[in-house]
Amino acid sequence: MSGKLFVSGDEAVALAVRQAKPHVIAAYPITPQTIVVERLSDFVEDGSLESQYLYVESEHSAMCACLGASAIGARAFTATSSQGLLYMVEGLHYASGSRFPIVMMNANRSLAAPWSIYNDQRDSLSELECGWIQLYAENAQEAYDTILQAYRIAEDPAVMLPVMVNLDGFVLTHTYELIQMAEQEKVDAYIPYRNFCNKLDLEKPKATCITAGPPYNMEFRYQQHQATLRAAETIRAADREFNEHFGRSYGGLLETYRCEDADAVLVTLGSVAGTARCVVDAYREAGKKVGLLKIRCMRPFPAEETAAALKGAKAVGVLEKDVSFGFEGVVHTNVNSALKEWNVTVPTANYVGGLGGRSISKADIAGIFDGLLSGSLNASETAFVNLRRDICGA
Amino acid sequence: MTEIRWHGRGGLGAFTAARLLGAAVSLHEGKYALAFPSFGPERRGAPVFAYTRIDSKPITDRSEVVECDCAVVLDDTLFGDPVKSGLKPGATVIINTTKQAKDFPVDGVQVVTVDATGLALEILGRPITNVPLLGALAAATGITAVQSIEAAIDDQLAPKIREKNKILLNKTYQLVKEAL
Repeated sequence: MSGKLFVSGDEAVALAVRQAKPHVIAAYPITPQTIVVERLSDFVEDGSLESQYLYVESEHSAMCACLGASAIGARAFTATSSQGLLYMVEGLHYASGSRFPIVMMNANRSLAAPWSIYNDQRDSLSELECGWIQLYAENAQEAYDTILQAYRIAEDPAVMLPVMVNLDGFVLTHTYELIQMAEQEKVDAYIPYRNFCNKLDLEKPKATCITAGPPYNMEFRYQQHQATLRAAETIRAADREFNEHFGRSYGGLLETYRCEDADAVLVTLGSVAGTARCVVDAYREAGKKVGLLKIRCMRPFPAEETAAALKGAKAVGVLEKDVSFGFEGVVHTNVNSALKEWNVTVPTANYVGGLGGRSISKADIAGIFDGLLSGSLNASETAFVNLRRDICGA
Repeated sequence: MTEIRWHGRGGLGAFTAARLLGAAVSLHEGKYALAFPSFGPERRGAPVFAYTRIDSKPITDRSEVVECDCAVVLDDTLFGDPVKSGLKPGATVIINTTKQAKDFPVDGVQVVTVDATGLALEILGRPITNVPLLGALAAATGITAVQSIEAAIDDQLAPKIREKNKILLNKTYQLVKEAL
């Protein structure tokens, strides 16, 4: 199964999941995730993946089936998108609170209403508080690699938390590109299955998904918070070990691209980071000092690393495919909080783009850099990139 | 960076052509490619677009294709503004038609016509024109080699349709090459 393949992001995810050998897969199809579950059910049917595939009737049931599987120590996988992610929200909190290391792929897609199947990141970014580790991929290779890393992170005894791997809908899920497959023996060595420390066991009976009243509840939350913070080091280690096994790495929780000595830095996540690289290269060639900070992990948030990467900049732009109505984009809020926490003073501006599948062009990103380099930032207002002002009264 | 835009109708196989080209150059010529459809639901018969981006180094640009080096039109009734706009100077437009190149005037570009439907009906018995148009593309532009498309057909298409498609590919390549 090693070698190069020309596949879509969805197929890359399915191929990685097959190599991770989950004992249980429970999923409900939804555009643009559908190909993932179609391929996985094909693999189970043709015998190339030995797994219990549960054809559930909803995303809520998919997550509940994964909870049950994980509770008895089974490696579990599910995949969803948009409305499907929202439909399983109750289960998301059960999974993280119960410390079940479920891995889920989410195809980033807009939320209704108005109904849209197209890409933005309002679905996953609206669930930052559900206790899941959140990773974002830039291309199909990173998606494939991140699925494997996700099991390494989730099942680490020091972590035991569910991981959500996000791919931009269509832009990644439906674009075909070259990926390098990993050899199965190396995958087996990288993510060997080991018994979960919290699994239900007749020899060592324990309770899980339990009730905790006021005398105990906060202590559960404290431990969950500490585990999520600890996960940062596991995420870095998982990426380092991945590099040792497979010769590829992504910087752990974030990647800086040409940020050294940069006057203006763009912070973003997901596939648009790739487009931003092209603009950074073109501007650098023209002698303009710009850089890119790609956030790979939104939870735990890499606050210290973000602050360290941005402390030399004269202006910072945060480009994101979501908005918290009535305030600003949530990534901008997180970045600003990190800067404040680590005493870094730099003007920041927020750019909301790509909502509901609106394209983000190289010219759009160049415009953001021009604004940042001009020294006349309007930091108080969230800018909507590529907005059709003539039809919305803007 | 070379960018190819495919104009088809839902069900004609425009995206399959985009994907086969991407597989041909990336798996068999050591290049890099992205192949993607116009995103969203497809309806049979409705106009659709597909794209192939090719480069000698890894491609990170995920933005929409603005101007292409080559437009391939799977159905001549689609000829119009979407075909004529967004072309780089000196681009090539390849049209599946029984008409002549002079019937499709576009300023500053090379127009190549081929009766891909007729050839497909003759060899496959079905009007599936993505493979012959790949042959026409290879002949008219040299963006990829026929051998690479043959290898991509072996990788990507169902075994029972491979041999006939390779015959169709080579025949279209030769016809277009001779006519240039």
